[in-house]
Amino acid sequence: MIWGSVVMAAFAALWPLQRAIDRQQRSLPQAEGLLYFRSGRALRRWGLGYDGLLADIYWTRAVQYFGRKRLAHARRYPLLGALLRITTALDPHLLIAYRFGSIFLAEKPPGGAGEPQAALQLIRRGIVANPSYWRLWEDLGFIYYWDLKDYPMAARAFQTGSRQPGAYVWMKAMAAAVAAQGGEINTSRLLWTQIYQTAGTQDVRASAVAHLAALDAEQQISELDKLVERYRREKGRPPASLEDLVFSGYLRAIPKDPSGAAYTLARDGRVTLGPSSKVDLSLLP
Amino acid sequence: MISRIITIALHTCKESVREKVLYNLIGFALLLMAAAVLFGSISLGVDQIILINLGLSAISVFGLLIAIFIGIGLVSKEIERRTIYNILSKPVARPEFIIGKYCGLVLTLTINAAVMTAGFYVALFYLQRRLVGPDWIGLQCVYFILLQLAIVIGVALLFSCVTTPILSATFTFCVYVIGNFLSDIRWFGQESGNTSLLKLTSVIYYLLPNFSDFQTISQTAHGVAAPPYLVTANTLYALLYITILICASVLIFEAKEFR
Amino acid sequence: MFGLLGPNGAGKTTTLKILLRLVFPTSGTARLLGRKFDDPQIHRRIGYLPENPYFYDHLTAEEFLRYVGQLCGLSGGNLRHRVRALFDRVGLADFQDEPLRKFSKGMIQRVGIAQALVNDPELIFLDEPMSGLDPLGRRDVRNLILQLKAEGKTIFFSTHILSDAETLCDRVAVLHRGRLQGCGELRTLLQSAVSGTEILFENPSDEVLQAVAPFCSSIFRTGGRVRVTVPKESDVEKCLSVAIQLHAKLVSMNPVGMSLEDYFMAQVGGRLESAKRPGEEIPVSPRDDS
Repeated sequence: MIWGSVVMAAFAALWPLQRAIDRQQRSLPQAEGLLYFRSGRALRRWGLGYDGLLADIYWTRAVQYFGRKRLAHARRYPLLGALLRITTALDPHLLIAYRFGSIFLAEKPPGGAGEPQAALQLIRRGIVANPSYWRLWEDLGFIYYWDLKDYPMAARAFQTGSRQPGAYVWMKAMAAAVAAQGGEINTSRLLWTQIYQTAGTQDVRASAVAHLAALDAEQQISELDKLVERYRREKGRPPASLEDLVFSGYLRAIPKDPSGAAYTLARDGRVTLGPSSKVDLSLLP
Repeated sequence: MISRIITIALHTCKESVREKVLYNLIGFALLLMAAAVLFGSISLGVDQIILINLGLSAISVFGLLIAIFIGIGLVSKEIERRTIYNILSKPVARPEFIIGKYCGLVLTLTINAAVMTAGFYVALFYLQRRLVGPDWIGLQCVYFILLQLAIVIGVALLFSCVTTPILSATFTFCVYVIGNFLSDIRWFGQESGNTSLLKLTSVIYYLLPNFSDFQTISQTAHGVAAPPYLVTANTLYALLYITILICASVLIFEAKEFR
Repeated sequence: MFGLLGPNGAGKTTTLKILLRLVFPTSGTARLLGRKFDDPQIHRRIGYLPENPYFYDHLTAEEFLRYVGQLCGLSGGNLRHRVRALFDRVGLADFQDEPLRKFSKGMIQRVGIAQALVNDPELIFLDEPMSGLDPLGRRDVRNLILQLKAEGKTIFFSTHILSDAETLCDRVAVLHRGRLQGCGELRTLLQSAVSGTEILFENPSDEVLQAVAPFCSSIFRTGGRVRVTVPKESDVEKCLSVAIQLHAKLVSMNPVGMSLEDYFMAQVGGRLESAKRPGEEIPVSPRDDS
């Protein structure tokens, strides 16, 4: 009886203690986790033949690491590259790991690790291990196009990918578009739409949505800027707000950005996102 | 009562310290540290980080093996070999036996950890030719490891009151592994957005021993000490959890029949 | 000196374990030394040798005995003195610094007896003290028990070997399948069921065999000899006189001692109803008998 109640009492005391520890720990800057193995090859040797399972564990670790860091608004992801490298060394055919890496390893902070060169290496290794999978060429071209803005290289990657068996026809169109009009907003939108449609993980899909929203918002802002400029030319003075454009019949209503917030006119006379907007223009190059 | 608990603790320690397996484990841990010194010398700039990481990890891993090994022998081996009859037919109450045994094993573990820690500092001294202030953060880390292993012994004690040595070793190991992943498990529950899963993971989170706050090896390797509140909180946490485990074991042990 | 007899699996060890609180009874109670058996103080006054005892591998015999002595509240010079005396007594004085895992079965048994005696108990429980020992070891243990008896200790021991009980016990209880079959002096218990007299003839003629046949329950021929069993005591004399008249050569004549197993076989049928349950009060403190 006594022993039983002591057990209960101790559990009752343990609960607030654990909560207090959790609170304190959250307020601390998170120390980087430890990678016991830096090389996938060594781990493979130590893995006693369970490489498949180990790869899955490392893949989960990579995703969790990334998710947790992003939740904490981290600006650095120092272990992401290593985790993905180990994952793909353990299981070279884990395609999702390459595709995930191509987006988030290359993406600049805080959305990703900002290591486009590491992402290129990862994808190139993936192509060597999975030569018939044409989408890795798409990812390669994408990194060149979006993160490195190396349009000739991007075009070459799309071109090579389009020659792989089973590649979609638009890969060819993409190669042509990238070569002809690098940096065009429509090309970018097409690419991100592709990413969105073939995204294998929630993170990638969400990232594509955010990028598409940013692209749309940027396009809308530049249209609105043109209207403001026209107003100034025709009326001889700049509008005080976007409402002026509505009153004068330039707009039917105040336009909203993809996240549903209204655009506003800044003091310097330029159109910007509203204060409650969720669109992140810093995603754009 | 206290004197009987001390007697049982001392003799349990005397018995288990002489176990040959322990010498082998400690020997292996020391060998690993020596290897780390060699390994560090061919790598660049990070040699003492490697040594600290490897040395403290070795103390933790081999300490765990020792804790499980001696922990399962705590009650189930005594029952299996019937040595317990001799003790319980003496004027010894069953709670005294359990508490005494537990204390004896924690003492054994502390001795083993002390030997390994001494080896670790010898290796570190050999590497640096001196020991400076930040090096002693390792002691704090070893203290956390000891607290953790004291809980592990308690878990082994509880399991060995109900099942065979092999099974209790397996279960104890599982609890240790889960205990290290507890924060991940709860994070998973929070991320899933599923309320019943969140509830389940939260229950597990508060019920099983949570070791994630005891892991300070990599911080130690970078010369970062744990904040003072964590030392207090972890000590308190370990004491509470050990109390739970011992009381639960006594509860089971009091009703146990030795057929 | 009280013996608890019964074949393997009869419940002897369980009875002892119940009395020592290692197993809990489903019902009933017992008294030891005039106190209730679950009185926590009672363990100070009793000693127990488990069946096939086993001790810690890495302690020496002396360390183990000191350990047990400390648990019984002994310390300092008192303890040292007592441990030395016990080792002398069980004949292990030369081996007290050896680790227990190196001990032979007989030596272990002696350590077991020593640990049971460490608190100078009034009542000693010995569970199968002679099982697994060679003849020499059995004799040593038997002598030890007789010495204890001479010192006026009450000894309660269990065995399935009849001869041990016969040489040592004043009273016995017979247990079969958890039920008490009888309690009292061994001889009186078994006498009621003596199964007859065996007579051995050397090369008897057919004439002799025919003459004795009516009195016999069985006739066996082994080599030149013939063994006949006469169940009734009154027939033995008649049988003998007939044989002697025909000049038969008589080799030996023995009353057939009933084996414990035979006794059980005889008992299980008839006495089940009157058998006591083990949970009921068994008189465990036969001090007057020791």
